[in-house]
Amino acid sequence: MEPSTNTQGILIEAVRKVYGEGDTAVEALKEVNMQVMPGEVVGLIGPSGSGKSTLLKSLGAVIEPSAGRMTLGNQVIYDNGWKIKDLRALRRDKIGFVFQAPYLIPFLDVTDNVALLPMLAGKSNKESRQRALELLEALDVAHRAKAMPSELSGGEQQRVAIARALVNRPPVILADEPTAPLDSQRALAVIRILNQMAEQYQTAIIVVTHDEKIIPTFKRIYHIRDGRTHEEAGEGRPFD
Amino acid sequence: MISLAGRDVLHAWGKFVFTGMGLGLLIGVTLTMAGVYRGMVDDAKVLLNNSGADLWVVQQGTLGPYAEPSSLHDDVYRGILSMPGVASAANVTYLTMQVGEGKRDVRTMVVGIVPGGPGEPGYLIAGRQITRSHYEAVVDEKTGFKLGQKIRIRRNDYTVVGLTRRMVSSGGDPMVFIPLKDAQEAQFLKDNDAIINERKRTAANPAFNKPGVLDAVLESQNHNPFVNAVLVQIRPGFTPEQVAEPIRRWKRLQVYSRAQMEDILVAKLIATSAKQIGMFLVILAIVSAAIVAFIIYTLTMGKIREIAVLKLIGTRNRTIAGMIMQQAVGLGLIGFIVGKISATIWAPMFPKYVLLLPDDSLRGFFAVVLICILASIMAIRAALKVDPAEAIGG
Repeated sequence: MEPSTNTQGILIEAVRKVYGEGDTAVEALKEVNMQVMPGEVVGLIGPSGSGKSTLLKSLGAVIEPSAGRMTLGNQVIYDNGWKIKDLRALRRDKIGFVFQAPYLIPFLDVTDNVALLPMLAGKSNKESRQRALELLEALDVAHRAKAMPSELSGGEQQRVAIARALVNRPPVILADEPTAPLDSQRALAVIRILNQMAEQYQTAIIVVTHDEKIIPTFKRIYHIRDGRTHEEAGEGRPFD
Repeated sequence: MISLAGRDVLHAWGKFVFTGMGLGLLIGVTLTMAGVYRGMVDDAKVLLNNSGADLWVVQQGTLGPYAEPSSLHDDVYRGILSMPGVASAANVTYLTMQVGEGKRDVRTMVVGIVPGGPGEPGYLIAGRQITRSHYEAVVDEKTGFKLGQKIRIRRNDYTVVGLTRRMVSSGGDPMVFIPLKDAQEAQFLKDNDAIINERKRTAANPAFNKPGVLDAVLESQNHNPFVNAVLVQIRPGFTPEQVAEPIRRWKRLQVYSRAQMEDILVAKLIATSAKQIGMFLVILAIVSAAIVAFIIYTLTMGKIREIAVLKLIGTRNRTIAGMIMQQAVGLGLIGFIVGKISATIWAPMFPKYVLLLPDDSLRGFFAVVLICILASIMAIRAALKVDPAEAIGG
């Protein structure tokens, strides 16, 4: 599979999000600034209610920020208003999602769970399945290509979910606590895979996590507290 | 593109098929109810066709002989025979009663006919037509009587000499044909005690108890000169109305053509039953729709997280709506196939005729598809309201 043509990664500048109006208004994001370069995996950590989910939903084009500017890849997607009409297509083509639970489609086998995205983007079934199998091979789950999600272990399901996030070659992947249900060994394996994929496909990856096991592996970390982000250097420990 | 609906159905085929079978039994009942109505209409038409008559001459001001009582003197037919355009005319009586054989009895319509005249069964499946003037009977096979058996009508025994088929009343009771004179007697026959009592009462009446009068009155009381209708066949070249009009005018009788009689039977005699069945059909359709809606809604609600993920990764709303609608229609198709097979299997077991018309099945098929589409709307609305943000925690 070809790497993406991502040259800028994710750039978030002064993003705000206010829920409600007047006296009942709640400022979930006050000033968020982040940059993640292509091929880089950064951690986003913070306590409950700090604005992590709001930031992820804003970046994922699921909710609209109140102000600021966001750039994905080489494209400004938000500048005090959406710059793209078809947010559904934006999510499909430019953003990969990895969730806390894999959320694979239970009635599709492993290959079709991954191949569904390129099919939705208009690729042929043959090409979509070819791409899916390449990624499954890279993630070492090709031998389960015909299995149903219920037949996979937790680690295998998460690898399939990562393959699904990568299959449309998005410049950005948003991972929402992807290691939460996994033990230490499997959690580190998932982070290793994300780093490999980021490097191989030049994808910018943001990992939202509370997981103490994986936080030391990030080279850069963004802390979010009371709706504001602060950058710090991570330990960048090896995964094994 | 993958068929999401098809994959989901294949994945949970057991649940889907069993649900479809349950729905199918309900659809089977609905198709059978339609068949019951068609059977009633067909019974009514069969009754008219089997009589072989072109015109029914009945008592003035009545809808007889099937929808209302009608009484005519049994010599009226002679005058009718002389009317222009009449090829043949014969008296007929109809009497719904229990006919016994051994210890069992069967609800039947006993028809008094003139052998060889209009009203005689058009065809037999076994035996012969009535040839004697008394105590022979031709019966519909649904009575269960066999050739040579003795059946009891009032106080007399009749030998079954012929079997016929699809000769039923408008109510679906099988017919028993006996000679007219026997039927006239059976219609008005009193028990011995009643006859003795009647004779005493007449003799005690000074107005009748006069020389020569009493015997005549007693004789008239023991004889029934009435029939229910005269069946008329018309000559070629005459229209029913051409023949009916002079009979109405000169004989002062009511005359119905086949079309008018069919209208009386279908529009009046079985109208209430038809409305009853119509109500059942409407209720069953609503219940079916409610069940499909509930099942599809429940199935959809069980996939809310998957739908949120599908929306988040860029699936179009119409793809999700199509998936739900295809599943609803798929459920309806399984239900229709099961329902059609069920109705075909159990229809012959019904005591009355159930007529399953291909046109009704076709209409039923389209109704099922339409109901399923409408029933899926609630689930589609719920699915389209799902926020893709639900796939992201928090």
